[in-house]
Amino acid sequence: MHPSIETRNLTIRFGGHAAVANVSCAFRPGELTVIVGPNGAGKTTFFNLVSGQLRPSEGTILKAGRDITATSPSARAKSGIGRAFQLTNLFPKLSVLENTRLAVQARRGVGPRIFSRAAAWSDLGERAMEHLRATRLDKVALLPAAALPHGDQRKLEVALLLAMEPDIFMFDEPTAGMSVHEAPVILELIETIKQDKSKTILLVEHKMDVVRALADRIAVLHNGALVADGNPETVMAMPIVREIYLGTPVGGEEAA
Amino acid sequence: MTDTSATSHRAAKRFNTGRIAVYAIVAAIGLALMFAPFLFPDVRSQQVAARICIFIALVASYDLLIGYTGIVSFAHTMFFGLGAYGTAIALKQMGPGWDAVFLGGSAGVAAAIILAIAIGLLSLRVKAIFFAMVTLAAASVMMVLASQLSDFTGGEDGLVYSAPKLFSPATKLMTGDDGKVLAVFDVRMNGKIAAYYFVFLSSLALFFAMLRIVASPLGTVLEAIRENELRAEAIGYRVVAYRTAIFVIAAVIAALAGILWATWLKYTGPDTTLSFAIMIDILLMVVIGGMGTMHGAVIGVTVMSLAQFYLKDLMEAGAIATADIPVLPHLLEPDRWLLWLGVLFILLVYFFPAGIAGTLMKKAGE
Repeated sequence: MHPSIETRNLTIRFGGHAAVANVSCAFRPGELTVIVGPNGAGKTTFFNLVSGQLRPSEGTILKAGRDITATSPSARAKSGIGRAFQLTNLFPKLSVLENTRLAVQARRGVGPRIFSRAAAWSDLGERAMEHLRATRLDKVALLPAAALPHGDQRKLEVALLLAMEPDIFMFDEPTAGMSVHEAPVILELIETIKQDKSKTILLVEHKMDVVRALADRIAVLHNGALVADGNPETVMAMPIVREIYLGTPVGGEEAA
Repeated sequence: MTDTSATSHRAAKRFNTGRIAVYAIVAAIGLALMFAPFLFPDVRSQQVAARICIFIALVASYDLLIGYTGIVSFAHTMFFGLGAYGTAIALKQMGPGWDAVFLGGSAGVAAAIILAIAIGLLSLRVKAIFFAMVTLAAASVMMVLASQLSDFTGGEDGLVYSAPKLFSPATKLMTGDDGKVLAVFDVRMNGKIAAYYFVFLSSLALFFAMLRIVASPLGTVLEAIRENELRAEAIGYRVVAYRTAIFVIAAVIAALAGILWATWLKYTGPDTTLSFAIMIDILLMVVIGGMGTMHGAVIGVTVMSLAQFYLKDLMEAGAIATADIPVLPHLLEPDRWLLWLGVLFILLVYFFPAGIAGTLMKKAGE
């Protein structure tokens, strides 16, 4: 079977600097890969290449064996690649419900309908509300997105991703800036998605406890290159990883 | 159930004062326009009322672009002019008849669609400022063409023609026992009434169609594109396709409004359709009414048109009334009406920064 997402020699250069350099990597359904690396390692750039916001200088991206390197972000979203952004990236003046419904509606392909029936509408709204309940945002559904506190905006970011109903979930530091009360909601959600073995999950995350709790596999990026890739125990124990990523030496039990 | 909180909140939203005020103003304007021939029977008032009807459709269609989708175009009068000139040329060449209105109008709409698709696909991918320049260039070319192809378009003088017979003042819609035109509430039921209601009902239909569009799933996608284009693309919307689609829809509505205008005026020239002065009027009307609200178009067009047509009269009356007081009559000299229109505009923008409808609704939302 083809991997759900595969990159071959993926490279992007900005001027002379290769932000992502020669990354070949395959991700399979039922697997949660955490991508780690220091700031500027190219994690978000790698995501941008996979979800189509950036075009690679070299290399190819395949989804289920099909070359999607030249396709637009909207085509990739429709094909099932879903992405939540690191910096909150919403529709600020639209309500929380409208934000989410837009993603539902894109998934169902009802965007172009000019004169739609009211029935189709309530159906889309119901579905959007389900995703909002899952992210505990149902109480604020009618507020404009811009009026939400930061933590709730981050949750809405995740609600949009859920509403896209993708096969491939890409989370870019989903719990960054969230309070200790809010983060578990998102982690439980990711845990739930993980139960569905047909989904592929990519997660950029800094918090070691999160990494350890969720990761089936860890990929380490450093200066744009993939320097380690494998099961969590092996990768965490590698000296190069401890050196570049963790910076300071860690205790024995943590490395184990 | 799922929607209970949503419904109750929506109900609360519906019953706030700002919204009620906006709906009340719009309803009052609608009623006044509906009964305009009876309320304001003089010729000039009819002219103002018809212009308000047609411009509501025209300005609302422009708001689909600038207010809902965030597309800045200066070619809206070009599409308006295509509809008007198509109708005018056909009426001139084929003589007054519905076939001419239909054929000429269709040709104008078809030209608007083709041009809108071409401009949209070629340039909606680029930055907003560049797109605005392209529309400006296209509109200028159209103006030059209209004045140069004078055999066809009448050049700078424009075209004078007759409208279909139904709209002629000699047509008797209702006759009394004596065979003369019947008067209802002292208003004669002649072709002028038919022409007004043709304009009124057609504009109303266009306005309701646009209300449906902005309330449809498409309407929300347009707002999403305005709010965050990259994210709209990232959740699966082809932004260029949506932009082109709404650009074409707005162009078609503008061309249809142009057909109404040409049929009503029985004259079409650069100054009544294509000129940049009209483009600026449209922009001001959108801004005064409130961008991104269909109701704003109704309010903006009405305020602006009434000011343009009646401020001078009002000032004249004021100047006469204050004749004995020093300075004031000079300030109210009717020739200074443009100065006061400017002052009025500045005051409106100052006190209603999001437009009249936009600011009222926003205040209510807080």
